Amino acid sequence: MAAPRLIPCLDVENGRVVKGIRFQNLRDAGDPVTQASMYQDQGADEIVILDVSATLEGRGHAVETTSSVRQVLSIPLTVGGGVRKVEDALALLEAGADKVAVNTAAVERPGLISQLAKRFGSQCTVLAVDAARQDNDGWEVVVRGGRTRTGQDVVRWIQSAATRGAGEILLTSWDRDGTRSGYDVELIEAVAAAVDIPVIASGGADNADHLERALESGATAVLIASILHDGVTTVDSLKKELLLNGIEVRP
Amino acid sequence: MSRSPVIVPTGTANTASVNAAFRRLGAEPKPAEGPCEIRDADFLVLPGVGAFGAAIDHIDRRGLREALVDRVEEGRPTLAICLGMQLLAERSDESPAATGLGVVSERATRFPQDLTVPQLGWNRVVPDPRSRFLEPGWAYFANSYKLASIPDGWVGATTDYGGDFVSSIERGDVLACQFHPELSGPWGADLLDRWINGEGGRS
Repeated sequence: MAAPRLIPCLDVENGRVVKGIRFQNLRDAGDPVTQASMYQDQGADEIVILDVSATLEGRGHAVETTSSVRQVLSIPLTVGGGVRKVEDALALLEAGADKVAVNTAAVERPGLISQLAKRFGSQCTVLAVDAARQDNDGWEVVVRGGRTRTGQDVVRWIQSAATRGAGEILLTSWDRDGTRSGYDVELIEAVAAAVDIPVIASGGADNADHLERALESGATAVLIASILHDGVTTVDSLKKELLLNGIEVRP
Repeated sequence: MSRSPVIVPTGTANTASVNAAFRRLGAEPKPAEGPCEIRDADFLVLPGVGAFGAAIDHIDRRGLREALVDRVEEGRPTLAICLGMQLLAERSDESPAATGLGVVSERATRFPQDLTVPQLGWNRVVPDPRSRFLEPGWAYFANSYKLASIPDGWVGATTDYGGDFVSSIERGDVLACQFHPELSGPWGADLLDRWINGEGGRS
């Protein structure tokens, strides 16, 4: 069977890697090419770059960043953030992304998912979903970096996106993002049980146990950011721990 | 002089990863303009992202079919990647009405329903020991369809995803991979290097 993937995520703003807590208080964490290349050498299975630039001008760097990272990267690259139409996705794919992630624009215009899947294939079309726990039950889709609640149920939204041709779900727990308190495993279970496309767990990773629990809950890949950027651990040592625990990752 | 693999346009934009991978090996990839270039190329790459029917349409509208079939039949240096490998088959369940290149008597079928599809990720490749290009190792896959058996007269590799499927076939200097060598790290780079810079690479 395919091995579970460990995917370092670079949040990029104006061409620089940043990291914050719950999408806020972003601080500089380095150059995307250097970082992507370092994680590749550590054994990363894939790289995700999310452009979090607030301005159109800042987002203009995303194509350039994608192209520079592609030159050094011999593993898959997913790019997202600010993709609003097919042309945005095309520009990123031509620059060297292998997959494109859509988020806010797809919530506002779900037809975008079908357009992307039809034009580039489902395996190129990643739906990124930011999920916030609701007081009563379940999770609500939030957009615009968590600033806007949509009232949409996360599981139902993902099911409809899969029907429209999304090939992979990048599932971020808004409550856990950057907190290092572990993935929201109930969220992962609920989503993985509802669709048969791959689910990437995101938000809250601190150690190999967290990764293991996310994978046991049905994720086929795990996104990691803070602990790598802060130098707490490396992809390599996380993989070694997973291997020791009997989880077959790519060595 | 650096070698120049000619890349067949299959209608989807994403050849950037393939181009970057060859440039890292010192080769200078260039896009194919028409059938003559496909016929004459020392090295030809048939990439493939997207749907079977759309890619075959694209090939037929540009009149590339005959040139592609001929060079594969002749065993000239040709690398087919992912969908590119499936295009060699007679047909695919993905687009039942479309006629594939038909150089292998196979049909591309979908992975079973109980699996996570598409298969997106790294999986083990187990090559026939007679393979000229492949070493055992881990490769990156992004596919929902695959060939179920190795065609007669070809040497192959298999991979397990809910049962064995064909992850690669080769004959002469033709190499077809269901995985993406350009995204398969150092293992994939070595494979591309053997194909383009290897001793048997130039016919």
